[in-house]
Amino acid sequence: MGLSNDSSPLVRLIGITKRFGQVAVLQDVNFEGLPGELHVLAGENGAGKSTLIKILAGIHTDFQGRIEIDGREARPRSPLEAAALGIAVIHQELSLIGPMSVADNIFLGRTPARAGFVRHAEQNDSALHWVRQLGLEIDVRQPVEKFPVATRQLIEIAKALSQNARVIVMDEPTSALNAPEVNTLFGLIESLKSRGCCVIYITHKMEEIGRIADRITVLRDGQCVGVAPAAELPPAKLIQWMVGRDLGEQFPRHTPRSGAELLRLENFSVFPSGLSSRAAVDTVSLSVRAGEVLGIGGLQGSGASELFLGLFGAYGALTQGRMFLSNTQRRFASPRQAIAAGVALLTNDRKATGLVLSMSVCANATLAGLPALSPGGWRRPSREWAAAKAMTAPMRLPDSTLEMEAGALSGGSQQKVALAKCLQCRPKLLMLDEPTRGIDVGAKREIYQLVEQWTAEGIAILLITSEMPELLTLSDRIAVLHRGRVTAEFPQGRATPEAILAAAMGQSIAE
Amino acid sequence: MKLAFWKSALGSPAGRALLALLLVIMAGAIFNADGAFFKIGTHRDTLRQTSVYGILACGMTLVIISGGIDLAVGSVLALAAVCASKMAIHWNWPAWEVVPGCLAVGTACGALSGIVTAGLRVQPFIATLSMMVFARGIAKYASGGMKVSTVVQNADGSYRNVEVPPLFRAIDHSIFHGNVSVVTVIFLVCVAIAWVALSKHRWGRYLYAIGGNEEAARLSGVPVVGAKICAYVASGIFAAVAGICQAAQEQQGDPEAGVGYELLAIAMVVIGGTSLMGGRGGIGLTLIGVLTIGYLDKILSINAVPEAGRLVLTGIIIVAAVLTQRRGRT
Repeated sequence: MGLSNDSSPLVRLIGITKRFGQVAVLQDVNFEGLPGELHVLAGENGAGKSTLIKILAGIHTDFQGRIEIDGREARPRSPLEAAALGIAVIHQELSLIGPMSVADNIFLGRTPARAGFVRHAEQNDSALHWVRQLGLEIDVRQPVEKFPVATRQLIEIAKALSQNARVIVMDEPTSALNAPEVNTLFGLIESLKSRGCCVIYITHKMEEIGRIADRITVLRDGQCVGVAPAAELPPAKLIQWMVGRDLGEQFPRHTPRSGAELLRLENFSVFPSGLSSRAAVDTVSLSVRAGEVLGIGGLQGSGASELFLGLFGAYGALTQGRMFLSNTQRRFASPRQAIAAGVALLTNDRKATGLVLSMSVCANATLAGLPALSPGGWRRPSREWAAAKAMTAPMRLPDSTLEMEAGALSGGSQQKVALAKCLQCRPKLLMLDEPTRGIDVGAKREIYQLVEQWTAEGIAILLITSEMPELLTLSDRIAVLHRGRVTAEFPQGRATPEAILAAAMGQSIAE
Repeated sequence: MKLAFWKSALGSPAGRALLALLLVIMAGAIFNADGAFFKIGTHRDTLRQTSVYGILACGMTLVIISGGIDLAVGSVLALAAVCASKMAIHWNWPAWEVVPGCLAVGTACGALSGIVTAGLRVQPFIATLSMMVFARGIAKYASGGMKVSTVVQNADGSYRNVEVPPLFRAIDHSIFHGNVSVVTVIFLVCVAIAWVALSKHRWGRYLYAIGGNEEAARLSGVPVVGAKICAYVASGIFAAVAGICQAAQEQQGDPEAGVGYELLAIAMVVIGGTSLMGGRGGIGLTLIGVLTIGYLDKILSINAVPEAGRLVLTGIIIVAAVLTQRRGRT
């Protein structure tokens, strides 16, 4: 660690509060980073880590509180201003421009030029200087897209270095790297530290925290739980800090039922970006019974959503392994086939992949079931109306909303429309990906009651949720994914938040 | 109450499109060229002259609602016109063979565009641009680069004039005491067909869903590729119908016909208020857009505004109309 007590913080965030509408995502959060330290920012999904980083990076400018850099107050109003203050953020989705050269990317926005004409030789020389610092021997005139993801990650870091950044934020930088590349990156981080930079590091991997963290700040539900040197925060305690909220009794208790096995996966793998690339879901085996809720736990990048999409046929043939639906082996080449076989999927982003916002609620609710509602191809508006009404009425969506544009509804109502669409084809297996994301407490409660009702009707449910209490109360059993693999499976009543989080961060559980 | 009525009327795309048409017709009533605007013949001619564009706009509406664009319609029109003339004049085919033959040509062109764009995932702009060039080439190849007309070369090299085929005469004709052109009736039938497809058939709902959010549509089990290919096929068929009408009106098949028609058809669709982003709009709006541009052009021409000025004014008015449409949406 080697931190002297008198070294003054390089960056301080004091009393940061940020709201999106009514919801406070950060409340009075304090954070400080010292020169020469690696400071891990830890927390569950939705704890507020990304929001905090975006404030530091000048992306969110509308917040309360103060930022100090080197003891002087600063308030970056744009990413460019943040860069001028010496703050560089290496985002999860890389911010490089593929077709442009490495040198162009490193100096984007600061291109050395005379009278508007780019001085290529000068730019290439200094780009080469920076990439060599990282031990990279590449031709900086080549377009970035020609290099593997790991190299691109390093180019991104070279860009940060070339801006003389002293505060470097890395958001899950190892998610695309393999073991030797991770070692290179960690070596680089050491050299950044020895130069007096402060590295703020976000990760969901317990192993990495143990390896490189100097200090850890834990966020939970938008609040700062505490700061401690890494040595004083062993994994068990860290997880307790991250989870430690009382679960309360605000949810209806789920009464378990289970019938015959409905879905069984054997060594199921999904390759969203081609069969030769890394598997997002790696030889997963699991099963669900009729009337049962199987919760899938996992942090960002666990592959849970890809599991749903792969099962649903959304990736076409890019899956391997076997899937049995009611003991018949199936493989869906398209969502259309999955829907016809009685599988429904609620996607995790209702605006981007769930609803057609420009169409009416009625049109959305009946979209998946349209073939059955329009025999011979000719539409029967009254049948559609009745079907939409039958699905939306139990969700307490008033009839008057049926002809409104889906885009005009509130988040909670939109989610209900998306659910209505799923149920319209009378599914036997319902996959819910973040069913309560971004909706208010009242609507959440209603959705919990609906889940209860559907299982009573014998529907098997697969559930992804990043909210721990929701996962624990709604699920009959819980399987936890980490980097596409099942790391733990808990029978009814045996899961604890600590155990789930530990498994989600890659610690194997000896049950 | 009156204010509320106007507000709600102008709040819808149809209301704003109608307002634009109304303004154009009012302008016609004021600049009536010594009463020429009030003669029924003027209106018959306006409708006759815009019908061919209107037929193209019907197909274009389907494609644009699905989130695509079809730049090939002008060329397909020329190809169909050449084929129709070749079949009807040179080969003496009867109407019931000429029409299906031309529609088959349009279907093939549309299917090719559709397969390349929806099946092979080439951007619709590029796919249909290629078809635009390709179909023009086929049209020139089929016609030998010359207009296919009633002047036919004999075996000994001399020329003779053959009779205009009955199909062409039937289309280039007026009914209801000469007050309505047959092409206008054909245009209105095309509008009706497109309307039925869009609002009465499952496929229409699929087109709106794909244009509004293709990924959500796919995940809802919508047969995205098939529905999109059908949209381009429909556009090809409408273009072939327009080609037959064009050939009948000109009594010849000109391989150079229809240049730039695709842009006018797009303008008509957009002026009506159908979104170029897809997912919003309708065939009723396109009908209003067709009439707006048709009347605008007619009013300028009866007032003897030279062509240069007509083009400049039309350009300005298209932008103005689209700006009004956009303001209403936000």
